[in-house]
Amino acid sequence: MNLSESKDFVVSTASLKEVRVFCREIFEKINLPQEQKDELVLAIAEAAQNIVKHGYKGVEETTDRMEIKISLKDGDLEIGFFDKGKAVVPENVKHRKLDDIKPGGLGTFFIKQIMDNAVFKKDQDGWVNHLVLTKKI
Amino acid sequence: MSYKVTEEGNISTVFLNGEIDMDVTEKAKEVILPIVESGKEVHLNLKDVSYMDSSGISVLIESHQKALEKNTKVVVKEVSKSVLKVIMMAKLEQILNLE
Repeated sequence: MNLSESKDFVVSTASLKEVRVFCREIFEKINLPQEQKDELVLAIAEAAQNIVKHGYKGVEETTDRMEIKISLKDGDLEIGFFDKGKAVVPENVKHRKLDDIKPGGLGTFFIKQIMDNAVFKKDQDGWVNHLVLTKKI
Repeated sequence: MSYKVTEEGNISTVFLNGEIDMDVTEKAKEVILPIVESGKEVHLNLKDVSYMDSSGISVLIESHQKALEKNTKVVVKEVSKSVLKVIMMAKLEQILNLE
């Protein structure tokens, strides 16, 4: 099955539930084990959370929107995240060491565990950041 | 997210319900941490938590560490399969007190 759907959301923690609902509705259409669907929803929600948490760090409230685009073509799942937050320096995106037990720093680790690849592209049109997560399913 | 707290002796049980994400972590911490600060043993019952992300995991870690500081403990109980998977992905199953 091939598909391509996108939706935009206000950059806010309150949007994270909407993001999950959007993903779940799309993954309902795809024949995958529920466990894998749950993992994909987690990875997408973590990436969206990173936009809110890091891209808009120090911003109390914004009307800016972020866009999430989910595409599936011939078993290649691609999820794009577009935002207008602070420019991400990819080299600075790191997760904490797992044996350094402390709150925080796990979102990026989860994304890397779940997805095959995560790259920031410079092809965005009118956006500041464009993160692309991919996975063969 | 909603919650219920019951008390029996020196044990407070916090029943969390719903999805735990960044939007509700402050609320979860406001419920859990003062009980831990008081020195009580806290049981976190997660049977009705259907989803937890890294923010929720941070609440579990912070509660656990605060309990160690206060010479008490936080026991995480009846973890749903989906939440357990996230805990295990973070390799915390040996760190947190899971029952």
